Amino acid sequence: MNVLEADGLTKHFSARRGLLGGSRGVVRAVDDISFSIENGRTLGVVGESGCGKTTTAMLVLGLEEPTGGSIRFQGQDLRTLDPLQRKQYRKSVQAVFQDPYASLSPRMRISDIISEPLITNETVTSAGVRKRVLQLLDLVGLPERSADLFPHEFSGGQRQRIAIARSLALSPKLVVLDEPVSALDVSIRAQILNLLRDLQEELGLSYLFIAHDLAAVAHMSHAIVVMYLGKIVEMGDAQTLARAPKHPYTAALFSAALPSHPDEKRDEIVLTGEVPSPLNPPSGCRFHPRCPMAMPICSQREPELLQADDRLVACHLFSAGGNAN
Amino acid sequence: MSNSTLSSVSSDPRPSPAVRAGRPLLEINNFSTHYVSAQGTRVVRAVDDVTLRVNAGETVGIVGESGSGKSTLALSILRVLPTAAQIVSGQLWFEGEDLVRKTDAEMQNVRGKRIAMILQDPMASLNPLFTIGNQVAEPIRVHEGANRGTAWRRARDLLKAVRIPSPETRVRQFPHEMSGGMRQRIVGAIGISCEPRLLIADEPTTSLDLTIQAQYLNLLRDLQREHGLALIFITHNLGIVAKMCDKLVVMYAGRVVESGPVSQVFNAPAHPYTRALLNAIPRMSDRRERLTAIEGQPPDLAALPRGCAFAARCPDAFDRCRKETPPEFSLDGGRTTRCWLTTAATRSGAA
Repeated sequence: MNVLEADGLTKHFSARRGLLGGSRGVVRAVDDISFSIENGRTLGVVGESGCGKTTTAMLVLGLEEPTGGSIRFQGQDLRTLDPLQRKQYRKSVQAVFQDPYASLSPRMRISDIISEPLITNETVTSAGVRKRVLQLLDLVGLPERSADLFPHEFSGGQRQRIAIARSLALSPKLVVLDEPVSALDVSIRAQILNLLRDLQEELGLSYLFIAHDLAAVAHMSHAIVVMYLGKIVEMGDAQTLARAPKHPYTAALFSAALPSHPDEKRDEIVLTGEVPSPLNPPSGCRFHPRCPMAMPICSQREPELLQADDRLVACHLFSAGGNAN
Repeated sequence: MSNSTLSSVSSDPRPSPAVRAGRPLLEINNFSTHYVSAQGTRVVRAVDDVTLRVNAGETVGIVGESGSGKSTLALSILRVLPTAAQIVSGQLWFEGEDLVRKTDAEMQNVRGKRIAMILQDPMASLNPLFTIGNQVAEPIRVHEGANRGTAWRRARDLLKAVRIPSPETRVRQFPHEMSGGMRQRIVGAIGISCEPRLLIADEPTTSLDLTIQAQYLNLLRDLQREHGLALIFITHNLGIVAKMCDKLVVMYAGRVVESGPVSQVFNAPAHPYTRALLNAIPRMSDRRERLTAIEGQPPDLAALPRGCAFAARCPDAFDRCRKETPPEFSLDGGRTTRCWLTTAATRSGAA
């Protein structure tokens, strides 16, 4: 059972060039991607800046309207929702952001921060609100007295716990975690990752987990989606994908991840060049100018995302039509 | 800028150290930098009693969480501390000279020439109003008195050295015309422009994407080999240390709690904090159900607890840890640790 399904999801932004806006370009931030998030499971999204992972998160959160394709939540297409159902959807999908110093208002007490979504969206008595706040604080491992303090009285890790408590106030089904630990210290990261896993188990939450740190994504996710310039290049079970990447980009990305031990010797694939502008992506496979395995067909035809053994890969090396051998 | 006064500079008993052969390039002895509040009531021991050696051509990784004093240590080496900071004790021997006792004017001939630094955010280190060529040529003109033409030619060569494509056009462009990875390489070019002996890199790749980070780290390693540079990496990322460094220095609450050759420390960490840090990182290979988190928070540097600063979070702490501060014990293989659990067997004599 999937909590969320995206089908052919597309988001293009128009970019005005020149003073008079004469020639217009289109940034293909997210271009025809399909994925699903299972109930109670975690989907990890990895990729470099400009690959469209944050835009994907925005689309899922309903903060951006897709220019094409659809999102179905618990089987229902978001486009068919009436305003009331739309409100219900927004309650069911919450977010935790990267920087807990920016995401908590410094002038509000913790109890107000956590209860704000509750007061806005539901009719509850003040006693009920207080009870729920204490319950949430307990859930994320903060003492009761935190309720009456201000954000500046907390460390980064504790603030992230507060942000998590707030995201859980409306008992969501899906939580979008956009780089939830990258602003935290190493010794605190493990605390938060553990907490997120415990909460998932306890509350049956689904996560859309976006991060730079590939090891953290592999650790947290059940399935992983690898994106490059708005496209999904590879998708599959987290462990299989992390252990034996198939797409040359995934292979390069995972080999660029830092080793966890100095004696760990690996084949290093260092890509040349940088990610091209999404305003003017390369023809054919968008990765071909940087790809160490590029073939003539790669610059001509865009590879489709096809089944290759135990996963989906968009690469001519693995598609039947490609001259892999 | 640096007003780092050493109120009572003791007359140094050592003979001129430059003459002694085989000395490390940088030798930091019992060095402390404290931040003192205006009224002098609050003292933050940012760097406390740090002893550290960096040999020529060596790569040393200094690892610690925010507030562990690693950046303050780097700023102390270059003597570019904020006004509230004071170097209260210790020496910084660099190529036979004690940097602590140099005047500000003398330090200007060290900074950028003999010791250079790369900071985290390349957009903040580059001036948006000047061309790349101007900024890369500036240290060459200042330190070596080169004329404009020579300096520009050198700047072009440097851009080539840091693998910037078509340096002839790039040299005339401005920082906003470059990508993040390219900007960071330009900062690297400025760093090596006067062929320093020591390059300090403070979180140089935090703002870069993974594949760009890999490119940049390889570039730094090549530059180091070509120019025989010593490199100090300041980072919170143990992966960078595993990939790049010969030696690892772990800081906690202003002190060095462990140091030694990288693979030895990774294989058999001597300090419980190092062990906990290594266990707290998720690894790609194993699917552990839970990470071993370090509970609690780092202590307030203005109100350090008695004894070992890590005791409150340490799973192995016992009575002595909460009462007495452990000294730096020397272990075999040039390793050190500050922990009372260091057994007499592994100890090669208390320092």
